[in-house]
Amino acid sequence: MPNTILLGTRKGTVILERKNSQWQPQPIMHEGIPVCYAARDPRDGTLWASLDHGHWGPKLSRSRDGGATWQDALSVKYPEGARHIVQYLPTPDFDPESPQGQPEYKNSTVYKIWNIAFGSSSQPGRLYAGTIPGGLFVSDDGGDSWELNRPLWNHESRGGDLFAGEATSRNQWGGTPASIDYGVFEPGIHSIVIDPRDSEHLYVAVSSAGVLETTDGGKSWASRNRGMLMDYLPDPQAEWGHDPHFVTACPGQPDHLWQQNHCGVFYSKDGAQTWKKVSVPEVGVHFGFPIAADAQDGRTAWVLPARADSERMTIDGGLFVARTTDGGQSWQSFRSGLPQNNAYDIVYRHGLDAAGDCVCFGSTTGNLYLSEDRGENWQCLGNNFPPVYSVRFS
Amino acid sequence: MITVAMTSHLYRFFPELESREITVPAGSVAEVLRAVNDFAPGFTDYVLDERGALRRHVLVAVNKTILVDRKTLTDRVPEDGMVYVFQALTGG
Repeated sequence: MPNTILLGTRKGTVILERKNSQWQPQPIMHEGIPVCYAARDPRDGTLWASLDHGHWGPKLSRSRDGGATWQDALSVKYPEGARHIVQYLPTPDFDPESPQGQPEYKNSTVYKIWNIAFGSSSQPGRLYAGTIPGGLFVSDDGGDSWELNRPLWNHESRGGDLFAGEATSRNQWGGTPASIDYGVFEPGIHSIVIDPRDSEHLYVAVSSAGVLETTDGGKSWASRNRGMLMDYLPDPQAEWGHDPHFVTACPGQPDHLWQQNHCGVFYSKDGAQTWKKVSVPEVGVHFGFPIAADAQDGRTAWVLPARADSERMTIDGGLFVARTTDGGQSWQSFRSGLPQNNAYDIVYRHGLDAAGDCVCFGSTTGNLYLSEDRGENWQCLGNNFPPVYSVRFS
Repeated sequence: MITVAMTSHLYRFFPELESREITVPAGSVAEVLRAVNDFAPGFTDYVLDERGALRRHVLVAVNKTILVDRKTLTDRVPEDGMVYVFQALTGG
């Protein structure tokens, strides 16, 4: 059973420790600063937090003494010459042949460091950071320095190598509404999945583009969106334009991947070569943000269903967790211990985690719930946390 | 010499800048901020993005004038002038 839970919240980083069967929150760290993601590197115990300073820019913060002290890791920066194509929502009179229809370039800067992932034990010091506007950064020295992964940044689906000059293909990455807070409409990488069998094999998920895979350590990337369906574009099966909210894999069966998408829940049992929609709207399983996979059984996953993309509320005022143990063919809803009236909690994409028999989630209304029996019964660990952005066991 | 004053919120991250008069040689706003960064390494990462432009929610004034060039910070600071670094009032 895990003994620590890390929360990234609107007002800082919180560690809860389990002592004598009780979970106790420790004094908040990064007090007053939004922390969009916090996690512990399982290889060396280093704590990481992605700070979302309102005024002072995104920063990575690192603690090597269990949270007693933190230091900035300042070097997640787009290199000189990094550009991306500005994405606008076309107006009714938009003419793609007009000068306004031609690519407009922008010098890239980091808006948000949305996710941090840790390399395999065979690559000590390897870290990944996913950002808005859509760059994947890699470190091989424990976060002292970071480098933009250029093959992904220069991917033909983004217009090609804009370091070298003009776009050579059409940009097909859309923006994420999460970037609107920064006054832009840019794509973002929120999910990074590393194959525990092969450190050269990764997936990233981009809102709004889809899933990409590399099998050569990031030298080349290919779309992995076959079987995905969109209900907001004319071609629901288009290669690009998908809006994964979160993608994860079963560590024990890494070919089993799960995706909570804007347009439903999707499952792959062939390493994302194909996806299958496994939503069951009749039982409420369709829209939501996070998804968690079991550590051993690739067919088991948990979701936090919400009501419709246009409303983003609980379904009928009650909070529940749904679990499948058969690859999404059927879902069981669990409500014991969760509020069933007047609940307005939404759980963000990094706000749910599973470890062994434990499942935990934190909500936008500052509630934190834990199950120690695989999601069937829940206890509240606190009602007065700041809005929760991320929950990770460690 | 130019004097630099700033919001006290920055002292949380750069305590070495608190309780002292910060004076730097005359130059452009960019040069002034870089000189402060020499006192407090990392300072420019807080007020500027990686392109050297002022962050969206940061405001700089030279004497009583709000900075004109937020992108390359070429505004000249007069000898014996003041540079103020504020948080832009962008919240409620």
